[in-house]
Amino acid sequence: MTAATHFRTCPTTGLKIDRSAENLIKANAVVAVVFLLIGGLFGLSIALTRWPAVHLLPADWFYLALTAHGFDVLLAWIIFFEMAVLYFASAILLNSRIAAPRWGWAQFWLMLVGALMTNVAVLQGNSSVMFTSYPPLVAAPHFYLGLVLFAVGALIGCAVFFGTLVVARDEKTYQGSVPLVTFGAITAAIIAVFTLACGAIILIPTFLWSIGIISGVDPLMYKLVWWGMGHSSQQINVAAHVAVWYAIGAMVLGAKPISEKVSRMAFLMYILFLQLASAHHLLVEPGVSSSWKIFNTSYAMYLAVLGSMIHGMTVPGAIEAAQRAKGFNKGLFEWLRKAPWGNPAFAGMFLSLVMFGFLGGISGVVMGTEQINLIIHNTIYVPGHFHATVVAGTTLAFMAITYLLVPLIFRREVMFKKVAQWQPYVFGLGIAGISLFMMGAGTLGVPRRHWDITFADALSQFQFSPAAFLMLALNGLSAIVAAIGGAMYIIVVVCSVFLGRKIGDNEVVQLGPVSGAASAAAVARYGNEGTLKIPGTVVLVAVFFVSFVLYYFVNWKYLAEVWPLK
Amino acid sequence: MGIASPRAGWWKEPIHKVELIWIIVAFLWGLGMFFMMIYWHGVGNQNLSNEAYRITPAAYAAKVDKMTEEYTVRQEGAFPVVRPPPGSDVYMMGRVYMWWPMLELVKGETYRLHLSSIDLQHGFSLQPVNINLQVHPGYESVVTMTPNQTGQFGIVCNEYCGFGHHTMTGRIYVVDNK
Repeated sequence: MTAATHFRTCPTTGLKIDRSAENLIKANAVVAVVFLLIGGLFGLSIALTRWPAVHLLPADWFYLALTAHGFDVLLAWIIFFEMAVLYFASAILLNSRIAAPRWGWAQFWLMLVGALMTNVAVLQGNSSVMFTSYPPLVAAPHFYLGLVLFAVGALIGCAVFFGTLVVARDEKTYQGSVPLVTFGAITAAIIAVFTLACGAIILIPTFLWSIGIISGVDPLMYKLVWWGMGHSSQQINVAAHVAVWYAIGAMVLGAKPISEKVSRMAFLMYILFLQLASAHHLLVEPGVSSSWKIFNTSYAMYLAVLGSMIHGMTVPGAIEAAQRAKGFNKGLFEWLRKAPWGNPAFAGMFLSLVMFGFLGGISGVVMGTEQINLIIHNTIYVPGHFHATVVAGTTLAFMAITYLLVPLIFRREVMFKKVAQWQPYVFGLGIAGISLFMMGAGTLGVPRRHWDITFADALSQFQFSPAAFLMLALNGLSAIVAAIGGAMYIIVVVCSVFLGRKIGDNEVVQLGPVSGAASAAAVARYGNEGTLKIPGTVVLVAVFFVSFVLYYFVNWKYLAEVWPLK
Repeated sequence: MGIASPRAGWWKEPIHKVELIWIIVAFLWGLGMFFMMIYWHGVGNQNLSNEAYRITPAAYAAKVDKMTEEYTVRQEGAFPVVRPPPGSDVYMMGRVYMWWPMLELVKGETYRLHLSSIDLQHGFSLQPVNINLQVHPGYESVVTMTPNQTGQFGIVCNEYCGFGHHTMTGRIYVVDNK
């Protein structure tokens, strides 16, 4: 099984690469990017429809596009890419052969067939039930069946990942503990098993209901279990993109965690507490008690938030320590000023880190507060929040690591270097705008998933403030900027993968300021950073903390102004 | 090379002081946010009740009809405007595609507002006050509400409920007690 011909040795990092794992990574990553393109176009059409002056799509197409957008980017793009990340973090980083590559292909084909089936159902027009498909709203049976196949495929991918960990340990392809990046991927995979099982558990009866075998699905129970998939799958993203942050820091700058113990504990908190987040979607529902809401919405006293706040210090801290070790010691921020901002992998990673924390993280905790949720629930503030986490956080991080995977795994040189350099900034700017303006409109009460806030065809009228219309227009403009950034990414990646200069078998690629060997050592082994002075990070974290506290209490003040309820 | 042998005993290495301080600060902040929710249940004026019942759509529609028959004060287009006595139980029903009926409430008075749907899930979004509650078929929830401003307030549906979702609206009037 471990015949030498199955492997090649990467000239840049010295890692031993299993060709079957490499092919699986390529296949999953390529399909992921295709779904990003499709879902992204749907997204742009939605933003342009919600811009009242443009109002691009008719109502039925708008709701169809919204359903497709949710599935294609939130599930298909991200989970296909995560499968690539799992194979990378197991077989590649551990120098191991991949366990059961045939099952790996089963994962790929099942997910692809499932994703296509659901897309077909949506495009046929009778499954515009939104990505969430809350009963008693009913979709065509193959809408649910596609989702179930997709979830089962992804579960198989997780099994192959765990199998590879066992193989690597048995065959002693690494010594001691797994590297931190792999540890993060394990976190993601454990959460994924919970998530995908929830999806299957609720979608199978819903499928049976849609073909008339069972008589009904309780809407509240559906919501509780469905969000065990819907929200927890976003926690897979968090774990995966935090792992990607560490990987990029390591590969580009040779950064090592400030202390392994702390970073791993933070991942452990994700495993233990992140699954409670289904409650975020049930804060204004009937039939759920306040004590249940308070415990679950806070992830058991905010212990999972604590995990993210720790990564929020250790990731920039690791980068600062690595930079200071290279001599960028002047003042508080020379290490940051002289960071490789022209390297799209680093720029994308750092923007992802900052926007995930400031925009996505803070808004998420605030709107997940039991009582504050009632001034935010189902307003367009909600998509504002999750575009900051899933797009600015996860998608931008995945885009960033693509710039490293193209030379290392696809073994092609990245083309259009200037375009690639600007891509994270253009995309990041667009997404920041989308998130902020949607949150702004949501604060003014604008509903999400709504075709016409002028209510032209409604039986009774209501007028939103002109500021709400302005926010939606700015959101539309931001979506155009983001779409340009997304197109830049797709053009660079697709052209590089198919037309880029082939990298020779013995050719060493320069990933960043540090040598490839140093990159590999940083990413594929564990150990604490020696340097202990990170004053710049302390300042950044303090700014974050003050913003968090202020914004949190501002929202309590907003809440205190609405009609008394009890 | 790729894998160099690990530094033994990384789990025994002390935690960097600055990290430790941040962990403690973040942990305490989390506790603070946790107890803030409980504190608000004691002192805050905006809390949701835990009162809810299972009910069939037909039974709920009957309750709404009874209130409408008894207290309708005028008609506005398709909607009856209902003015139940202050302090009483008032009913609002979600259905495709309207919030039924319109209510007229008195400022400063307290009402027990019942919410349910007779078909799909709907989102009760009172604007521009910005109170947003989820409404399920088969469940009747009750929230005690005290309007503290007069005027005309829109109810928008903010849970997707089919191709006519964006036409689903309703209204609550709040008037001074004359």
